[in-house]
Amino acid sequence: MTSAELRTVIEPDGHVKVRDLGLTDAELLHCYRTMLRVRAFDDTCLKLQRSGRIGFSIPNKGVEATQVGAASALKKSDWIFPSYRDFGMALHLGISPLEMMHNMFGDAADGAKGRQMPVHFSFTEPVKFVSISSPIGTHIVQAVGAAHAMKLRGEKTIALASFGDGGTSSLGFHSGLNFAAVWKSPVVFLCQNNQWAISCPVEKQTASDGFAIKAQAYGMPGILVDGNDLLAVRAAVLEAAERARKGKGPTLIEAKTFRMGGHSTSDDPTRYVPKEMVAEWERKDPVARFERFLGKRKLWTEKTREQYYSEAMAEIDVAAKEAAATPKPALETIFTDVYATLPAHLRKQGQQAFDVAARHGEAEAGGGAFPL
Amino acid sequence: MPNLTLIQAVNDGLRTAMRADKNVLVFGEDVGPKGGVFLATEGLTKEFGEERCFDTPLSEDGIVGAAIGMALNGMKPVAEIQFQDFIFPAFDQIVSEAAKFRYRSGGQYTCPMVIRTPYGGGIRGGLYHSQSGEAYFCHTPGLKVVIPSTPYDAKGLLLSSINDPDPVLFLEPKALYRSVKGEVPEGKYTVDLSTLRTVREGRNVTVFCYGAMVPVCQKAADKAAEKGVECLVVDLRTLLPLDEEGVLEAAKQTGRVVVVHEAPRFCGYGGEISALIAENCIEYMEAPIVRVTGFDTPFPNTLEHHYLPDERRVLDAIERVASW
Repeated sequence: MTSAELRTVIEPDGHVKVRDLGLTDAELLHCYRTMLRVRAFDDTCLKLQRSGRIGFSIPNKGVEATQVGAASALKKSDWIFPSYRDFGMALHLGISPLEMMHNMFGDAADGAKGRQMPVHFSFTEPVKFVSISSPIGTHIVQAVGAAHAMKLRGEKTIALASFGDGGTSSLGFHSGLNFAAVWKSPVVFLCQNNQWAISCPVEKQTASDGFAIKAQAYGMPGILVDGNDLLAVRAAVLEAAERARKGKGPTLIEAKTFRMGGHSTSDDPTRYVPKEMVAEWERKDPVARFERFLGKRKLWTEKTREQYYSEAMAEIDVAAKEAAATPKPALETIFTDVYATLPAHLRKQGQQAFDVAARHGEAEAGGGAFPL
Repeated sequence: MPNLTLIQAVNDGLRTAMRADKNVLVFGEDVGPKGGVFLATEGLTKEFGEERCFDTPLSEDGIVGAAIGMALNGMKPVAEIQFQDFIFPAFDQIVSEAAKFRYRSGGQYTCPMVIRTPYGGGIRGGLYHSQSGEAYFCHTPGLKVVIPSTPYDAKGLLLSSINDPDPVLFLEPKALYRSVKGEVPEGKYTVDLSTLRTVREGRNVTVFCYGAMVPVCQKAADKAAEKGVECLVVDLRTLLPLDEEGVLEAAKQTGRVVVVHEAPRFCGYGGEISALIAENCIEYMEAPIVRVTGFDTPFPNTLEHHYLPDERRVLDAIERVASW
């Protein structure tokens, strides 16, 4: 039941054997556009971080095909439990760069009210892109709970939990896969094996022959797919989602890919990733591969890339400027949303914080009295 | 009105909640057909089916993590952790996830859920079936921590917890499961969270306690009364968020305070009560604030009766502050 064979749809030269891809030309170009928007967002955030305007970012270069391929296989009513390197899924399903930029700047318009580090997104519309936390693997079993609720209500939606190779070592991976298989939950586990957990290579993470085969012992199918092949990832997620929607339970997908940048803007991968490995995977760049595929279908030229990329950069630049000009969250947002209603001790602490800020002339937010 | 034990009141509370709302789901290790190792969920699978009261694999992280997912997606999970001593694999899910979802998502995602678990000593359970870990959780903004000490409160507080929009850790004093009985109304009623209960009025010494220490303090107060010292005994009931004003009022009434819990002393909940009083109304105090607690050791088995605060130790403390 486990396929250890790497599934591929797009050959390295862009050739595709399958005749019916199930996607229109417009949909293919939409996928391509999202990949370039991810790259443009990354490039912009790197500049913003290096110039000190945002504190932190997580680059996605190299894993765009996995993100977009997976997202393209989902319905908007499905739930995504993402890792911190997954925002291509959000972009593809309709979250705007502006909403994302508000999070990067932690400003007043950020859905999370500036409480989290950048890249810890939380969106509810048009798709449930569940609030990201930094602990690794905790969300995997939460996805199972959300999926179990769907099953109990007889819905045809599914949950997708996305995590990295490092995430498979976590408690949440084990309990998540185990619970989902026992309960036959409608959930898809997407392991993005980008081969590095910060500085730790896969062989320091597991002695297993990859991750897909781990599915077998949990009692679910495991699929190994070329993560740099957008259509292969899409096909695998579609297949897994279909099983889940039919009540046949979970699937583990391992998408083998490569993180072409650092773990984050605070990381220097040249200190630990061998140069030859970088060179090897540069040749497998998922965006270039998709371009060769589109080119063979007469959907792409160098001009297409320039046009899409510059359009994305323009859109993201406007978003960054708007976010930069948005005020910071009001002081009261430190204290709200801890509980549904503000308890007395937090009201008191909020007043104290406001009084100190007011004494130092820093309490514009709230306008004179602690507004809670 | 039925006269129920505390565990029967918990069971009645769960049944009442499940009858009122089909989204209420009860699950954990052995909670299904067996009805839980203490029988808190007895009969629920039979009445509501395995879809609503079910067994889970043996993983506290999985139980709480899955409960969070269900709560995010509209269900009302009431998860059981078999013993509070085993909750620590779920610490990450409780502290990093359930308690922070509302905050970190700006209210977009919330976790209205209850984690029920028996805690505390008194059943010869040794290190791993006796601990009182409330302080770990009371240090977690976003979480509510509730501990009943009577059958009436057990049901009323449980129903409030299940209705609450935030995650609640509901700690059940297992020593009281079958040792206390009381009248419990049928059907639905609630006891508000973050409210204190006056167990006994008195003008000389204020004793703060909760859970299984409440009957201990009650007895000690009766003994003190025989010697002419009248104690105001206060059951805190909700440790987080605490009714701080109520605590300060009760402390001011006598100016002499004893705080009792069975958990270890250092960084225990009694330290917070003492500091709260010292910080806000030290000028009312006629005597040092005295704590009676478990020792700063792991929980012993054979000698647990020496470890647990008893009537004698509480009485000693009452007399000490009364005669200061």
